[in-house]
Amino acid sequence: MNALLKVEGLRKAYPGVVANDDVSFQVGRGEVHALLGENGAGKSTLVKMVYGLVRPDAGQMTLGGEAYAPGNPNEARQSGIAMVFQHFSLFEALSVAENVALGMENPPPMRALAARISEVSQAYGLPLDPARRVGDLSAGERQRVEIIRCLLQDPKLLIMDEPTSVLTPQEVSVLFETLRKLKAEGTSILYISHKLEEIRALCDGATILRLGKVVASCDPREKSARDLAEMMVGTELATPAPRDHELGDVALALDAVTVASGAAFGASLRDVSLEVRRGEVLGIGGVAGNGQDELLAVMSGEVTLAADRVHLHGKPIGTVGPNARRALGVLAAPEERLGHAAAPDMSLVENAALSAWVRMGMVRRGFINWGKARKYAEHVIAEFDVRTPGAGSAARSLSGGNLQKFVIGREILQKPDVLVVNQPTWGVDASAAASIRQALLDLAADGAAVVVISQDLDELMEISTRFAALNEGRLSEPRAAAGLTIDEIGLMLGGAEVAHA
Amino acid sequence: MDFGSINPVLLIASLMVASTPILLAALGELVTEKSGVLNLGVEGMMIVGAISGFIVAVETGSPALGFVAAAFGAVVLSLIFGVLTQLLLSNQVATGLGLTLFGLGVSALMGQGYVGIRPPSSPRWEFFGLNELPVVGPILFNQHGVVYLSLGLVIGVWWYLRTTRSGLILRAVGESHEAAHALGYSVLGTRFAAIAFGGACAGIGGAFLSLVIVPQWTEGMTAGRGWIALAIVVFASWRPGRVLLGAYLFGGVTVLQLNLQAAGIAIPVELLSMSPYLITILVLVVISSDKRRAAALAPASLGRTFHASS
Repeated sequence: MNALLKVEGLRKAYPGVVANDDVSFQVGRGEVHALLGENGAGKSTLVKMVYGLVRPDAGQMTLGGEAYAPGNPNEARQSGIAMVFQHFSLFEALSVAENVALGMENPPPMRALAARISEVSQAYGLPLDPARRVGDLSAGERQRVEIIRCLLQDPKLLIMDEPTSVLTPQEVSVLFETLRKLKAEGTSILYISHKLEEIRALCDGATILRLGKVVASCDPREKSARDLAEMMVGTELATPAPRDHELGDVALALDAVTVASGAAFGASLRDVSLEVRRGEVLGIGGVAGNGQDELLAVMSGEVTLAADRVHLHGKPIGTVGPNARRALGVLAAPEERLGHAAAPDMSLVENAALSAWVRMGMVRRGFINWGKARKYAEHVIAEFDVRTPGAGSAARSLSGGNLQKFVIGREILQKPDVLVVNQPTWGVDASAAASIRQALLDLAADGAAVVVISQDLDELMEISTRFAALNEGRLSEPRAAAGLTIDEIGLMLGGAEVAHA
Repeated sequence: MDFGSINPVLLIASLMVASTPILLAALGELVTEKSGVLNLGVEGMMIVGAISGFIVAVETGSPALGFVAAAFGAVVLSLIFGVLTQLLLSNQVATGLGLTLFGLGVSALMGQGYVGIRPPSSPRWEFFGLNELPVVGPILFNQHGVVYLSLGLVIGVWWYLRTTRSGLILRAVGESHEAAHALGYSVLGTRFAAIAFGGACAGIGGAFLSLVIVPQWTEGMTAGRGWIALAIVVFASWRPGRVLLGAYLFGGVTVLQLNLQAAGIAIPVELLSMSPYLITILVLVVISSDKRRAAALAPASLGRTFHASS
C-alpha cells in the first residue's frame, strides 16, 4: 500500500513521564487506521504531534512522501490534515457556521459558507442547520459540526480522537457510514478508540501502543476483540463474572417521581417508578439527555421530593438530603467527573473526605481527621489502581479514566447499601473498565443494591440483573437482562411511548 | 422652582458630552471582556489617560496630541495588566483592582505640577454652518470630535465583532480558550490586543474628561466613572448598542439632576446625586432580566486564566 503518512521514531517526554518513545507507524491512502491503547498509553500525545499541537523531541514524519513537521495546527490543516477532538473543540455561544469558519483557513463569506455547510451536510447524510447555536445541539449534532468543519477542507487525513464515546448507537452507525464514504473517496482516517468492536468493524489496520511504545500492529479484522484488548493491556483480561447469589428485599424504591429539569437542556422526569433489590444490579440505558442526571439526583438526594416518593427499606426518605442519605447508606457517583463527582482543584484527600466523611467517621466535633482521610484516599488509590503521583494531587491533574476509578472506588469502599452510578466507565480503558464492573458486581453480590445508569449497552448487558430504558424522562418497565435481544433493547430505548400505549 | 430654565436641546447636547468618557471606557472594556479578560482597572486606566493627555496637551499646546498621549499612557498601564495576568498568570480580579489603585496613585504623582492650569481648548466641529440649524444643529453638528469618535466606535465595535474574521476569533477566544488554542489561534495575542484596545479607549475617555468636560486636572477626577463603565458592560449583556444606551442614560440622568439641582427642586441633593447610578442600573437590570439569554451572552471564559498545556 502506498503510504500517506509515515511516522518514524517519534519521541516526546514530559517532566517525569515519556509519553511517546520511538513510535513508528504508517497510514496508507484510503486506509482507516486505528490507534489502540489504554488510558495514558500516549495516543493523544501522538496525534497532537501529527496535528502540530505538540512538537516531538525526536523523530520525523513524512506526508505524501515529503518531510512534514507542522509547527502549529494551521500548518497541519494547510498540509491537508484535519482533526475531530475527543472533547469537542466547539464554541457553544457561536452558531454552527461561525464554528465551522473558525476551523477553516480561508473561509468564504458567511452566507456562502452557510450554503456550503448545508450542501456538504446533505451529501454526507449529516443534516445540520448552519444558523443554530452550538449550545442548543445534541452531542451527535455537535460532532457533525466538527466533522463538517473538517470535510470542508477536503482533508487527505482525518484524525478522530474517540469520536463515538458520546454518541448513541444510531449516531454511531450514521458516523460509520460517513467514514466509509470518505474512505471510498480516498481519504485516510486515523481512528482512536477504546471500543474494540468498532475498530474491528471499521478499520483496515491498527497500531497498538502501551506505555508510549508500539507493541504490535495488526489487521483488526483478523483478531478478536479479546485479542486486541490483551495486546493493549499486555496481560490476560479478566471478564467480569457475575456470582450466583439470591436477591434480597427491595432496598430503594421510587414511586411515580415527576421532576422538572433544572438544566437548560435537560429532560424532566415523568412518572418514574422503580425498585431495586439487595444483590441486584439494575441497568438503566438510554441516550444522554433523557433524564439520566435528574434520575441520579433524585436517588442521591440532590433533588428532594415529597417524603413518600422515595423509600429506603420501606422508610420514606424523599425529603432527606445527600449527606443524611449517605449516612443511611445511599451513595452516588455522578457522571460529570470534574465539578460534580470531584472538586477539580482540591486534592484527592480532600475529595475523598468530601464524600466519605459521613460514613467513614472522619469528622469529630466538627474537625476533620486528615490522617484518616489521607489513609482512606490512599486505600482507594491502591484498591482501584488509580495512577497518580500521590493522594495530594489535585483531582484536575488526573486523566479522566484514573479520576473515574477514584470516584467510583471512593463510593464502593464505603460499603454502601445502595449505590447509584452514572456512566461508571466513561472514558476508562478496557482493563480498568473491567475491574470497575467487577467491583460493582462484587458489591451487589455482597448484598448491596446497585443502579447503573449508562449509555454503553454492552456494559449494561454484561452486568445488569434487570434492564430498563430511559426515554424523554420516562422509564420503561424493567425486564430481566438475561435473554434480551438487541432488537428488544432498541425498542425499549426508542419506544417508551410504544410500551405505554 | 423653575423648570423653564431647563432647555431640552441643550440638555441632550450636554448629556452626549457628559456620557462620552463612560461610553468610551465601556466600549473598550466590552472588547476586552469579549476576549475573556476581566480588567477591573478601567478607573485606573481612565485617570492615567486623563493626566497623560492633560500634560501633553499643556506642554505641546495641541489637544489632539494630548488624546494620542492619553491613549498611549493608558495602553502602557493596560499592558502591565496584560503581562501580569496573561504571562505571569496572576488573578485577574486582584490585578485589576491593583491596577486601579496604582493608576490613581501614579496619576496624582504625575499631575503634581498641573493643578489649577487650564489646558488648551479644543474646538467643537461646526460642519460648515450646519450647527446653526435649530434643534439638530447643537445636538448632531456641534460636538467635539471625540464624541463622534465614540459614536463611530459603537458601530465599529458592533460591526467588528459581528462580521469580521478577527472579531469572530476574538469572541471564540473569550468563549473557550482551550478550543481556540486547539484550533491553532493565538489566545495570548488576541487577548493582549483586546486589553490594549480597552486601555486606549479608557485613556481617551479619561482625557476627554480632563481636556474637554472639566477642563482641568484634579486628583481622582474620574470619580468612579470607570466602575460605572464596568457595570454598564455587564448589564448591557456585552452588546455595543446597549452600552450606548446605558452610558447615555447615565450621562443623561447626571446632567438632568444637575439641572434640577440648579432649578432648586425640592428633592434632597443627596437623592438627586445618587439617581444616575440607581436609574442606570435599574433600567439595565430590567432589560437584561432574562437570565438564560444573559448567561448565553456572557463570554464563557471570562476571568479564567489560560495556560497552554504543551
